[in-house]
Formats: sequence, C-alpha cells, structure tokens
Amino acid sequence: MIKVLSPGIYSSIQDFGRFKFQEYGVPISGIMDKKAASFANAIIGNSKNLPVLEITMVGPKLKFDCNTSICISGADITPKLNNTFVSNNKAISVDKGDVLSFGQLKKGVRTYLAVSGGFKTERIMQSYSMYQGLTSKFKIEKNDVLKIESENLTTENQYASIKVNDEYLNLKTIEVFKGPEFDNLTEYQKDCLLNQDFTISKDNNRMAYQLNETIENNLEPIITSLVLPGTVQLTPSGRLIVLMRDCQTTGGYPRVLQLKEFSINVMAQKFTGQHIGFKLICKN
Amino acid sequence: MDYNLVFKSFGECSILIEWPQIIDKNILYDVLALKETIQKKHIKELVNVVNAYNSLLIVYDSIKFDFEHCVNDLKEVYNSRKSVKTSTFNLWKIPVCYDVFFGFDIEELANAKNLSTADIIKLHFSTNYTIYFIGFLPGFLYLGGLNKVLHTPRRATPRLKIEKGAVAIGGEQTGVYPSQSPGGWNIIGNSPIDFFNIKKEVPCFATSGDQIQFYSISKKEHTHIKALVEAGVYQIESEVIHD
Repeated sequence: MIKVLSPGIYSSIQDFGRFKFQEYGVPISGIMDKKAASFANAIIGNSKNLPVLEITMVGPKLKFDCNTSICISGADITPKLNNTFVSNNKAISVDKGDVLSFGQLKKGVRTYLAVSGGFKTERIMQSYSMYQGLTSKFKIEKNDVLKIESENLTTENQYASIKVNDEYLNLKTIEVFKGPEFDNLTEYQKDCLLNQDFTISKDNNRMAYQLNETIENNLEPIITSLVLPGTVQLTPSGRLIVLMRDCQTTGGYPRVLQLKEFSINVMAQKFTGQHIGFKLICKN
Repeated sequence: MDYNLVFKSFGECSILIEWPQIIDKNILYDVLALKETIQKKHIKELVNVVNAYNSLLIVYDSIKFDFEHCVNDLKEVYNSRKSVKTSTFNLWKIPVCYDVFFGFDIEELANAKNLSTADIIKLHFSTNYTIYFIGFLPGFLYLGGLNKVLHTPRRATPRLKIEKGAVAIGGEQTGVYPSQSPGGWNIIGNSPIDFFNIKKEVPCFATSGDQIQFYSISKKEHTHIKALVEAGVYQIESEVIHD
C-alpha cells in the first residue's frame, strides 16, 4: 500500500479509460499522455495499460509500506526517493518505509508513476480511471491509502538499454487530420488554422484545452454529433477548443481538426502560455 | 428507403457516417438499423459503435484499420440491414413534480408565453418524447418532440449548480439533468428517477429509439418515490411501443 502524505495539485489514478460506455454518455477518460505511461509500465515489466498515477505539475509525497519497484516517466518534476534524487525512465527499487517526493517542474506538465503490478484501486465500468461523478474521488487526497501488490516483486531491469526519447515534451507541432467539418471552412479560415501559432489559454485541463487566438467564424453550428479526445472544435466566438481525454461524448460545434493519437500526448504536456501550431497530415 | 450516406474518416481509427442534416425519427430508425446490424456482425476489429441524431461513429482497433476497406464493408452492411421494429422499443413513464419548489423558472416561462403554469405543465407532459441518444452527461437523454409553444431560449447566464433530476427546457429541447451540473436551461420541475446508475451492469434503463412520457406528481409523491429509488426498489412503469 501507498499512503498519500500530500496529494500534489491534481494527481489521479488512470488507465486507458472506458471504451464501451459512450452510448450512455460516459467519457472515455484515461491517461492524458499514453506514451509516457506505457513507457513507465514497460520499464518495470507491467503490461502497458495497467493503472498508473497521473501527476500534474506539482508532485505528491507518497510513503510506501511495502517493497516494490517503480518507474516515473513523462514530465520532469525532479523526483526524490527519501533524500536522494532519482531519474525518470528507470526502474527504481523501493523499500518499505521509503518516501517518494517531487520538486521543481523542469520539463513537460504530466508525469506518470507506475508501480509493479499496477494500482489496485476502485474499478468502475471496466476502468480504474478516476472521473468526477463516476468514481468516489476524481483526484487523490491527503491520507488516502492506495492499494498496490504487496508481495516483493523484484524486477530484473531487462529494458536498461532502452533509449529514452523525451524530445516530444518540447514539440511545438501538433499533427492533425481533417475533422468532419474541415471542408466547410473557407480557404482563408483553413489558412489561419494551419499557418498561425496558437497559445494555450489558462482554460486547460483533462477535459479540454482552449486556445487564445481566434479565427473568424461564420459556420453554422452542427446538429449535435459525436466527438472524440483530440477533436478540435471551432466555437461561434472563433475560439478553438481541443478536446482531451475527459471530454463529453457529443458536441454541437463544428469539428474542424482531429489530433493524431501521438499528438494528444504532446498536447497533454503543454501548459498555459505555451505555443503550438497545427500541421495537416494525410492518412497512410 | 435508402438515404444518401456520407462516410468520413475521423481520426486514426474511426469512421463517421452521416445521414441528411435534419432531426427526424425515420432517420433515427435508419441509424439504429445500421447500428444494430453492425453490432450483430461481431466484427473483430470493432471497438465501439455510437450514434447521435443523424450520425454513427464506428471505432476500430487502430492496427488493422484501413479506411477504404472498412467503408466498403459498411456499405455492404447498410444494404443488408433490416429496418428496426418499433416493438423492440419501450415507452417509459417518468414522474415529474412541477411544483415551483423545484420548477423555479416555470412562472417566468408562463408569463413570457401568456399562459398559466398549468398550461405549461400540460403541454410538457402531453407529448411522447423520442430518445435520440445519450450524451453531454452520463445518462442525459436527448429528447425530440417538444411542443413548439414551449421552445424557450437558454438563460443568458448559466447557473453554476443545477440539482440532479431537474427537468428543463433549453431552446427546442427538453431534458432531465441526471446528476448535479452547471447548466443554462430553464428549470420547470424535478424527477426523482435515477437516469444513470453505476451500480447496474447497464447503467441507463433507456436507450436510443425508446420513448419517454412524463406525468405530474405532487411534492409528497416526489419524496415517496425518491425514497423508493434510493432504496433500490422503485420500478419504472413501461410498456412496449405499438405503432
């Protein structure tokens, strides 16, 4: 088990989410940066979609009451085990009584803590992903006790030679496909959308990232239809909204772009004031 | 009747099928006919099929997805579909307390339309509403069929907190908030029924194509039914739809 000494600002248990319940209006949810979380799991020999702790900008302080191995991947929030700095992307042996804490945010926004065997917390509708109104909590709180495998699983670090490439944390380019309403845009609107920089607004969270710059918009709203994580909506005010993992299942704004899966990971590592640009790619 | 469908690639591994851009019961039945036929095929690469008013989203396993190939398959499935039988759908009878205690916008609505609150209530419960799909919030039903007289613009400033069960009108739509949420619709009553229950294997009793009929109850009955719902013993009255 792991005791939460302090929770950070927004740390939640996540796996790949709920795929079969959209027809009841249930969001898919799940890990914002799947690349990082899958990597953390793989390093310690877990299957890639075991539940992990998603940590946002400010790290929690966690006390382990059993031996285990862990891996941290994604944003660099200067992790420390007891009083020693530890590295991202490496298997770390943890002993009973050890305390994991974090310091300054150096790169990225979200980091993932994987533990051997995965977190064994509340499972609702085939997923461990916390979501407000569905699970009893939507983020971890002080004094919470998070269940993990209690036996001492010593993992041989068979991936020690894996090269870590975290360059994507700094990528500015967001690769996109045409959204269902892309062709309703004028050439001028398409040009604005694809050839200017956009700034991440302060309204950014697990549900959506709003962008500051607007583009002229006179498109009619659509009859409410289906949306996905990574759908970019164009609102009547000309503001763009990039939907993320906790987004609703349906929406009425024109869907002008759709992020490539990989670019959802890139987006998940962006924060207020940072810049992005969309690059249209073709399939296959 | 065969509609002219548009197949659009949507992201890395999904296809969006669109019917003509109107809200229409016959289109819904055709959407559901294709949805059901696809589901019965047990296609291995298929992850999920979801519908809205006039669209169907088909999500595939990403590795094996090939747009052209899948579209051809879907066109064949469309040609082989069987129309849905309305007798597979249920009409659900949903109690609503329209007392001003819950329906605090009902008087404003009545004044704006030069009607009595009793007229508003009667207009609201005299229609059988068709459930087009569930979206927005877990368990939120998109209902079609609101009487034109009741069409009312959304409130200029959305409320930060609307109670679970609130029955509301927004634009040309009416609906029930399945959980506490912010919202800009006009509140005319409250239903004690659970529209979404995570404890159940199928979390919503209603589905696309079903119908909803509201009926008026007193505050006292509301309290009573709510207690039964919370105890898990309330049975929603329903009947099979006959055309």
